[in-house]
Amino acid sequence: MAKAAAKTKAAASASVERRPALAGRTLSAPGVKVEMLPPAERISLRAPQASIAALSKALGVTLPVKPKTSAMNDGRTALWLGPDEWMIIDEAGNDPLADCAKVTALHSAVGISHRNVGISVAGPAAAVTVNSGCPQDLSLEAFPAGAASRTILGKSEIVLLRTAADAFRVECWRSFSDYVFTLLSEAASDAAN
Amino acid sequence: MLLIRCPYCEEERPELEFRNAGEAHIARPTNIAAESDDDFEKFFFIRANPKGVIYERWRHIHGCARFFNAVRDTVTDKFVMTYKAGEPKPAKLPGAAK
Repeated sequence: MAKAAAKTKAAASASVERRPALAGRTLSAPGVKVEMLPPAERISLRAPQASIAALSKALGVTLPVKPKTSAMNDGRTALWLGPDEWMIIDEAGNDPLADCAKVTALHSAVGISHRNVGISVAGPAAAVTVNSGCPQDLSLEAFPAGAASRTILGKSEIVLLRTAADAFRVECWRSFSDYVFTLLSEAASDAAN
Repeated sequence: MLLIRCPYCEEERPELEFRNAGEAHIARPTNIAAESDDDFEKFFFIRANPKGVIYERWRHIHGCARFFNAVRDTVTDKFVMTYKAGEPKPAKLPGAAK
C-alpha cells in the first residue's frame, strides 16, 4: 500500500496515474530502430468547416484540410484523418483538451491520451519495416515527410505519421501495442536482409 | 491487391482499408409504419444482385472512415468509378459505349 501511495505522489501533477503500455521497450536491428515513445497528450477532434479557423487559433497549430497531411507547431502535431476529423498529439506536455474547451464554435474534442501509444520506427530501413504490414505506398513521392494517414498494420488499425524521410511514428491502441510492436520488431529484423 | 479510389482522400488506396456496405441508392421509405409487408420485404431484403455493373456503398473504414458510392463490375471485379455519398447516380459511366 505504502508503495502504491508513493507512486501516486510521484505522479501528483497528472490527474490520473499513468502506466504506459510496453514503456521503454526498444529494438535495434541493422538499418532500423523500433522504440516505444514517451506518453503524450492526444485528442480526437471532429469539427465542421466553419469551426476550423477558431480551433486552429486556440490550438496554436493550423488544422490541415488537405488529405494525408499534417501540421506541426511547438511540439503539437495535427493529423488529418478525415474531412472533418483530426488527431492532435501534444508532446510538450500541454493539454490540447483545455485549449479546445475555450472555443465556442461547434466541435467535439475527446481526450484519447491513454487510449493510444506511439511507436517510433527510424532508420534507413524504416519504410521497409512499416511496409511489411502496411499496404500503402510509402515511397517519398506518395508519402513524403509530414504525411499522415489512418491505415492498417497487419490486423491492427494504426495512424501513421512520417516525421522525417527515414522516420515514422506509428500510433496504435494500447491494447494492440504488443501485437504492433512485435510485428514491427520481426519486420525490422528482416528489413536489413 | 485491388486499388480503390477514395473520393474523400482523393487517391487510390489498397483494398484492405475498405469495407463493402451493400447496394447503394436504396431509399428508406418516409413512412415505414404504413408500408405493406410486401413493400417492406422489397425494401429490406430484395437486392438486384446483377451480373455486371453494380452500384454499391463502400466505406474507407481504415482510412478517412467515410462512406462513399462505387460502381463495380461483378464479373471482372473492376471498379469503374467512385463518387461521394449523397451524390446522384452518375448518368454516364467513364468508358461506357453509350
